[in-house]
Amino acid sequence: MRFTLNGEAREATSAPMSRLLDVLREEFGLTGTKEGCGEGECGACTVLVDGDPVCSCLVPLVQVDGAAVQTIEGLGDDHPLQHTFMSEVGAQCGICTPGMIMAALSLGENPSLDDIKVALAGNLCRCTGYAAIYRAIMKVKSA
Amino acid sequence: MTRWVGASVPRKDGIAKATGQARYADDLVFPGMLHGRTVRSTIPRGRVRSVRLDFDLAGFTVVDHRDVPGRNVCDLIEQDQPFLVERDVRHMAEPILLLAHEDRERLLGANVEIEYDAEPPVFDPLKSDGVLKAIDIVKGDVDAAFAAADVIVEGTYRTGHQEHVYIEPNGVVAVPEEDGVVVYGSVQCPFYVIKALKSLLGAHRHIRVVQTETGGGFGGKEEYPSMIAGHAALLALKAGRPVKIVYDRVEDMVATTKRHPSIVRHRTGVTRDGRLVAMDVEVVLDGGAYVTLSPVVLSRGCIHGAGPYRCDHTRIRGRAMFTNTPPNGAFRGFGAPQTEFAVEVHMERIAEALGMDSVTLREINALVPGDTTATGQLMRDDCSARLVLDEAVRRTDFRRKRETCRGTNRAVGLALFYHGAGFTGSGERTLNSKARLDLTERGVRIAVGSTEIGQGTRTMHAQIVAEAMGIPYDVIEVAQPDTSVVADSGPTVASRTCMVVGKILEECALEMRARLGSMSPAEYFAKQGGFSVLKTYEPPDWIEWDEHAYRGDAYATFAWGCDVVELEIDRDTFEVRPIALTAVHEFGRPIHPALAQGQIEGGTAQGMGYALLEQVVMRNGVMANAQLTNYVIPTSLDTPDFDVVMLENPYPGGPFGAKGLGELPMDGPAPAVVNALRSLALDVREIPATPEHLAECASR
Repeated sequence: MRFTLNGEAREATSAPMSRLLDVLREEFGLTGTKEGCGEGECGACTVLVDGDPVCSCLVPLVQVDGAAVQTIEGLGDDHPLQHTFMSEVGAQCGICTPGMIMAALSLGENPSLDDIKVALAGNLCRCTGYAAIYRAIMKVKSA
Repeated sequence: MTRWVGASVPRKDGIAKATGQARYADDLVFPGMLHGRTVRSTIPRGRVRSVRLDFDLAGFTVVDHRDVPGRNVCDLIEQDQPFLVERDVRHMAEPILLLAHEDRERLLGANVEIEYDAEPPVFDPLKSDGVLKAIDIVKGDVDAAFAAADVIVEGTYRTGHQEHVYIEPNGVVAVPEEDGVVVYGSVQCPFYVIKALKSLLGAHRHIRVVQTETGGGFGGKEEYPSMIAGHAALLALKAGRPVKIVYDRVEDMVATTKRHPSIVRHRTGVTRDGRLVAMDVEVVLDGGAYVTLSPVVLSRGCIHGAGPYRCDHTRIRGRAMFTNTPPNGAFRGFGAPQTEFAVEVHMERIAEALGMDSVTLREINALVPGDTTATGQLMRDDCSARLVLDEAVRRTDFRRKRETCRGTNRAVGLALFYHGAGFTGSGERTLNSKARLDLTERGVRIAVGSTEIGQGTRTMHAQIVAEAMGIPYDVIEVAQPDTSVVADSGPTVASRTCMVVGKILEECALEMRARLGSMSPAEYFAKQGGFSVLKTYEPPDWIEWDEHAYRGDAYATFAWGCDVVELEIDRDTFEVRPIALTAVHEFGRPIHPALAQGQIEGGTAQGMGYALLEQVVMRNGVMANAQLTNYVIPTSLDTPDFDVVMLENPYPGGPFGAKGLGELPMDGPAPAVVNALRSLALDVREIPATPEHLAECASR
């Protein structure tokens, strides 16, 4: 299976029906993508496939053949959202944070608070009550 | 003025978490590592008759109770819970057998046939005759005082189980080392795990526990990790290879601890002008099949059972009962959310019975300095019940808002609450916690067993040390909790990590500062080399506590809160939409305002879930909805807008005036929500207040 992973052409040798989540974590060692529930409810495993946020625990490897996959590692360490998640304390325990940031990437410019709430409705956080996450996203996305 | 304390400095762990580089238990891989699996009971009560391994054993490591080298009990308050069933099964999903294999598919496919002689289970704590713990608090003469009451109000209030839903499930990796084993894991209390493993494996073994980055705890990783760590260690020692056990969400929900369900009965005598003259409270908690931490959960629940109110004649009788359900355990608030729910809804009903404004009733009875609590604890200047109540009422314009809501589908509700910080009574003296500071080449290293589980331990401790030493925050390093390296600063529980451990660190820092004189840490290190300062916690000398009579100073101090929630109900579907929540909290002084606000917002959201959404459905003694699909926690769309107010009333016994905060926000939301629903003519006395339950209330 060939696909683009964080901007580089890669070939995966895992079984075609392997969960994308496991392929990323185990074959490629990209452990920034987390497993919280394994059934697409918590969003901790959110990655972008061709720009759209998906739960990588629900996606078989075969489905990303030829696609572009982006994980938290693909953002490096200097993305504005990473900085505001720090400064606004959008990350507490941090296990939902990579998925939250990936989901937030899909938001357009100048989103309303309701837009942000809808965009994050598939990403559970048990620590923050979401408010600090909104503040972090607003700071980047509101001009 | 302080420079570091009171500033929202960058989290020590912020960038690692925001880049995905932080390493959690499941991210660890060791050469030759096996995966572990727990085979669990499928009946709630009975005896194991036979165990048959119905698979090709090649490559498998199999462990049962006969492989335990030491004692087959998890050493906690009691030694009653086996790591592995020997014969008697006391609850569903009880561990019986452990398997390990390097191939996860083969591991999951291995079939084990277990035959049982089943016995009739007990699920209802009110029908159980097994008393796990009894507590009686008596103040004054309650029976005589009822004679002076104009009105007597009675009621029974119930709360259900609550699942922690830390987003990272329980997980550990055990790695054999020379003469012993090291366990890396998602844990709140690494030294609890040490105690349990020494008993399980034999005291002669060298055992080390290292806390990995932990994806939330909320009490759910207080005592339970000893069990999973023991399992992984048994497999690793038998296999001679590293073994990882990470629960999936279903196993985590089915097998691990939850918040105790409660049934609380109140009978209160009150005068026509609204003074509480007699309070008789009965608390029953469902402890589940083993003792775990239930005695202390019951204790904290009972101590908070009369609410933040003055009453000269109070009796609180508590019982935790055994049932054949998985043991319940620590969960943020530790018994207080249950009993404070009951008393705050009861206060609303007393006001209804008197035809009195419920805010006025609270104003009349709220504790003020000079009053005593149910245990006879004298309230000092750090008592802020009126401060938070008055500010919440003023800020939300509560009385006017309640009037404008009348006749609409909107309502506002209020709850006043408090939470004792630190271990109860003489607990902190018994714990005898220690903290250490090391002078290093770069600066100063904090070496404590207190864990970062999201709440900000590393950051807040570093601020306290920087401030007390007068050195930059950036040169403070925080050691990863490794039991062979750090001082045992006690468990990361009970809202004690800032107030208690922070206080010891402040004292270590002051001593180190005195020794450095005018030199910076780097200058001193270059000239004279490194040194360490180790100190032990000294609780306030005025604390007096009688553990047998349950009299005296239950806590060094209390934090105080008042929540006002505004919500809207759909009269056809009974769906409740929380709109806004104002949380006015006083917890001494915030060390890091943004972290403190995060604790309040997050704890309040968890409390909103407890109030409205989170229903554990138990069927045949086991959670039937053990998935995030149908056990629903608040999403972004279910969570109201928060208005957080942090009032200051510095407590002299805490670092820079700080009290404990972590649990307080859990106590208020549920009664505030139910009190709002009550003003919509729904006689709710139970949570979660699901639409189904509200429809039932409406049809009564």
